[in-house]
Amino acid sequence: MTSSDAPSTAPRTWRKPPFIANPLLRYGLIIVAAVYLVWAFGSLPFNWARISEGLPRAARIFSGGFPPNLERYELLLTGFKESFQIAILATLLGVFLSIPFAVMAARNIAPMPIYIIGRAVIIVSRSFHPVIVAILFVAAVGFGPLAGILTLTLYSIGFVGKLLAEEIEEIDWGQVEAMKAAGAGYVAILFYAVFPQILPRQVGLSMYQLDSNLRASAVVGIVGAGGIGGTLMNAFGRYDYDFAFAILLIIIAVILLSEGVSGWVRKKIW
Amino acid sequence: MVDHAQQLADRIWQRYDRKQRLIRYAVLLATLMVVVWAVRDIDIFWPWVWDAPNQISGLGARMWPPSAEGLNGIIAALIETVHIATLATFLTIFLALPVAYIAAQNTTPNRACLWLGRFILVSSRSVNTIIWALLFVAIFGPGVLAGILAIVFRSIGFIGKLMGEAIEEIDRRPVEAMEATGASKAKVIAYAIVPQVMPAFFAIVILRWDINIRESTVLGLVGAGGIGVILQGAIDTFAWPTVATIMIAIIVLVLIGEAVTSLLRSKVL
Amino acid sequence: MLEITNLVKRYGHDEAVLKGLDLKVEGNSVVSIVGASGAGKSTMLRCINRLVEPTSGSIKLNGNELVNLKGAELRRARRKIGMVFQGFNLLDRLTVMENVLAGRLGYVNLYQAISRRYPQDDIERAFVLMERVGIAHYANKRADELSGGERQRVGVVRALMQEPEVLLADEPTASLDPRTSEQIMILLQSLASELSLPVLINIHNVAQAKTYTERIVGLRHGKMIFDGLPADFNKDALDAIYGGIEAPDDAITEPPVEERSHDFV
Ligand SMILES: Nc1ncnc2c1ncn2[C@@H]1O[C@H](COP(=O)(O)OP(=O)(O)OP(=O)(O)O)[C@@H](O)[C@H]1O
Ligand SMILES: [Mg+2]
Repeated sequence: MTSSDAPSTAPRTWRKPPFIANPLLRYGLIIVAAVYLVWAFGSLPFNWARISEGLPRAARIFSGGFPPNLERYELLLTGFKESFQIAILATLLGVFLSIPFAVMAARNIAPMPIYIIGRAVIIVSRSFHPVIVAILFVAAVGFGPLAGILTLTLYSIGFVGKLLAEEIEEIDWGQVEAMKAAGAGYVAILFYAVFPQILPRQVGLSMYQLDSNLRASAVVGIVGAGGIGGTLMNAFGRYDYDFAFAILLIIIAVILLSEGVSGWVRKKIW
Repeated sequence: MVDHAQQLADRIWQRYDRKQRLIRYAVLLATLMVVVWAVRDIDIFWPWVWDAPNQISGLGARMWPPSAEGLNGIIAALIETVHIATLATFLTIFLALPVAYIAAQNTTPNRACLWLGRFILVSSRSVNTIIWALLFVAIFGPGVLAGILAIVFRSIGFIGKLMGEAIEEIDRRPVEAMEATGASKAKVIAYAIVPQVMPAFFAIVILRWDINIRESTVLGLVGAGGIGVILQGAIDTFAWPTVATIMIAIIVLVLIGEAVTSLLRSKVL
Repeated sequence: MLEITNLVKRYGHDEAVLKGLDLKVEGNSVVSIVGASGAGKSTMLRCINRLVEPTSGSIKLNGNELVNLKGAELRRARRKIGMVFQGFNLLDRLTVMENVLAGRLGYVNLYQAISRRYPQDDIERAFVLMERVGIAHYANKRADELSGGERQRVGVVRALMQEPEVLLADEPTASLDPRTSEQIMILLQSLASELSLPVLINIHNVAQAKTYTERIVGLRHGKMIFDGLPADFNKDALDAIYGGIEAPDDAITEPPVEERSHDFV
């Protein structure tokens, strides 16, 4: 403060320097945010009459839901069995199919046009929520677990393929060059210099993917792609709330269990 | 002597390897058995499977070319989807932060609060958005409110868990210094905790907003608003070219969302 | 006047870390506390402002008993006790000025604290003190952009903003280079006489303790074994405090694990 030439008797003030220095930008952003919130709230079609019935309805649903009812446990077991089967088969297919797509989408080993195709497949399959994909597959191949398997296979290809492609892009290039020097062809290089390097990662990823496929298989059923989700949807549709809550609680338990197991296995492997 | 030790080491090594190999084979065998069981037991009509490629390409053919009809409605629905995601993310902040506070080991007022916080986070995270939506549609009827609440209830767990971890990782020395000045709890939070978790907070909220955009595209399939409603409508009426347009619109929306997120990240962090 | 009588501190069920300490500090004297690692220096200092709960004993500041205070009363007592830390303990992501004003947190209300609208007097005092230690031109700089010596000056000013009746410094110079650490010691010494403030300094550097303080207290295994003028602090005293090849109970009094993370906020 010695540099300031104001008389030292004048009271000195201090304000916290604002987060955004430019006042125009600062107030502009605040106004934009406020206007957005008002606009968004105002433009959304809320059905207040229907919403106001919500509380009594919630009371009815929850009182109807407790205690959860496990009488029809056979239905529940069948649903879970199917979800589990969907998750396993989709993980297996997805993890295998993700390898070629990952190779296609790795910039260091795929030629340009192939690379673009590989990336596009991965981006597209990652953009869609599995439930949307499921509804299309249901439309194409009919209700049932087949649609679920196809959906989750695509979902796995997107997720595993992306991470695997990144892994391939980071491999130790020396091994590839060594193979090239030995006169190996493209496929031989893939099998001897690339895959061994990404294999450990792939095993961990499969465990992770099995866990997320199990979660997802519980929801694709809601649009008719098989598994416990369908059972849940039916229970809700028939106002069978005590059964629905029983399903919900067991879904939560299974998900927590599978998260724990998958975490434990991945820790063991690495 | 040396030879003997060498042999011993070899033998131990061998045995260890054999055990590991055994475990490996056992795991492989178990996996194989589970897969065989799954394939044989699953409720699939196999002729349909061989027919599936035909069916899928048939559907693809019916979708092509995408129709520009109803584009205005689609764009309006997209905007509604963004609104749902944004408002829900915004509301979540106010609910998730207190939960994070009580669910963090080092800030929780007492054991009971800690377990309450953890219970809220776990239940929020293990119920999928679309199942939350199902519940809220049953309560509040079809519409955007059910959608917003579904996203909020799912996001509380996500933001709350990550923020709780961020709070647990803070440097506690400034906290101690603030306590030593005689500051009250609220002031200690405002000065020593909030600034430390701010960067994590922005990163987490931006990340969740991106996820919420994706999630809110499906809410409509159970009647909870957004682009999913017209997607369901188009599928129900077999308007496949419109379905294709909606799918393209969703991709565009998700890509825009990703671009906005990475822009925000580079600006704010 | 700070008066400690029969202070005992025991962590969990371990052996007591402080075993009945008595200490009286009057007027504006600068007292240095020396002792080997684990002797209990930090524990003693932290018992005074209750960052650590004493097991038993009495601590009086100007006649007020501190050990049984709770809640708002404890906070009111703490704002009269300034503390300077070895690791500075600054709010890294905030500006120097905010760090300094944080010393007033015990006095302002929550709205003033959050909106940073501190009373004019506080701001004036902050500038005066920052000028005194030569950091006023950094007012709007982020605290983590400063050098170690500058950061410790911020720490000292923050403690002085509390208008303390006693200043505690726990190894204030241990993270600084020799030159800077001398400067901080000189600063503490002169501030003590300017503000007529008693200062307690934990310190490992015996030479500095002798040069810059007027009284030396030696701790060993939680007991006071020296209390006198720097001139009397001779080789024998040094051996008694630090010598320890023969010390049989070293292993017992220094449990290797410390569990500190549980209690705060
Ligand atoms: N929170 C705690 N829980 C358990 N034991 C502790 C805790 N804090 C300190 N101790 C123990 O108390 C003893 C004294 O510690 P203290 O930090 O007071 O020593 P010190 O004299 O300041 O040492 P240094 O010179 O290394 O700072 C040590 O044996 C230490 O392990
Ligand atoms: Mg210490």
